[in-house]
Amino acid sequence: MPVKVLIPTPLRPFAEKQECIQFDARTVGEALDLLTGRYGELRKHLYGDDGRLRNFVNVYVNDEDIRSLQKDKTPLKEGDIISIIPSIAGGNFLV
Amino acid sequence: MITDPMLRLNEELVNRIRAHGVECYPHECCGALLGRDAESVREVLDLLPLENRHGASPRNRFTILPDDFRHAEKVARERGLDPVGWYHSHPDHPALPSEFDRAHAWPWYSYVIVSVEQRQPGQVTSWRLAEDRARFMPERMEIAARTRV
Repeated sequence: MPVKVLIPTPLRPFAEKQECIQFDARTVGEALDLLTGRYGELRKHLYGDDGRLRNFVNVYVNDEDIRSLQKDKTPLKEGDIISIIPSIAGGNFLV
Repeated sequence: MITDPMLRLNEELVNRIRAHGVECYPHECCGALLGRDAESVREVLDLLPLENRHGASPRNRFTILPDDFRHAEKVARERGLDPVGWYHSHPDHPALPSEFDRAHAWPWYSYVIVSVEQRQPGQVTSWRLAEDRARFMPERMEIAARTRV
């Protein structure tokens, strides 16, 4: 079903500068697969070497974090809006 | 890809970043850089200090959570600006990005770091993540004198 994916500013250069892209997808995982299938450069910024979403990448369906739903298996309905929301993190040399 | 990025901001904003670093010492401060981006020059026109949400280790880590991120976007929009980057302090450490900074960085944004040594503000630097995520590239800073009104 048609859903929209909102691309945050720092990732737009890797997605032809688009703010919003429409896909036909049944789950969040499927929508993100379609997104990174079309724009392969996005993959390394969204996923770590283990293939999982990086911990500072947050994905929301409408206003809900998919970590509190069914993660990448979260089902979608027509008109849902998927947002990729950054966390910003860092720190100095001490571990 | 921009090969020689530059960040323009005025002295007052730099001093506010330094003051925030001192205020939060020995914890790390953090905040949003609000401004406008053009192909060759990125200009910071305002700041939005944010709370460091890293509860476990705020002396050497900072975290800006999604709700604060969205708040920063909203405030920026209201001021006719965009979040163009983020700043944080390194208490008792140089203003150089750490491996932890690099691993958690987003592309495109400017990352400004202020060193705070024993509560005294020190060097301020700016960095951008390389598109392959392999390293941070130094970003030239052009610091204009404070505009008097």
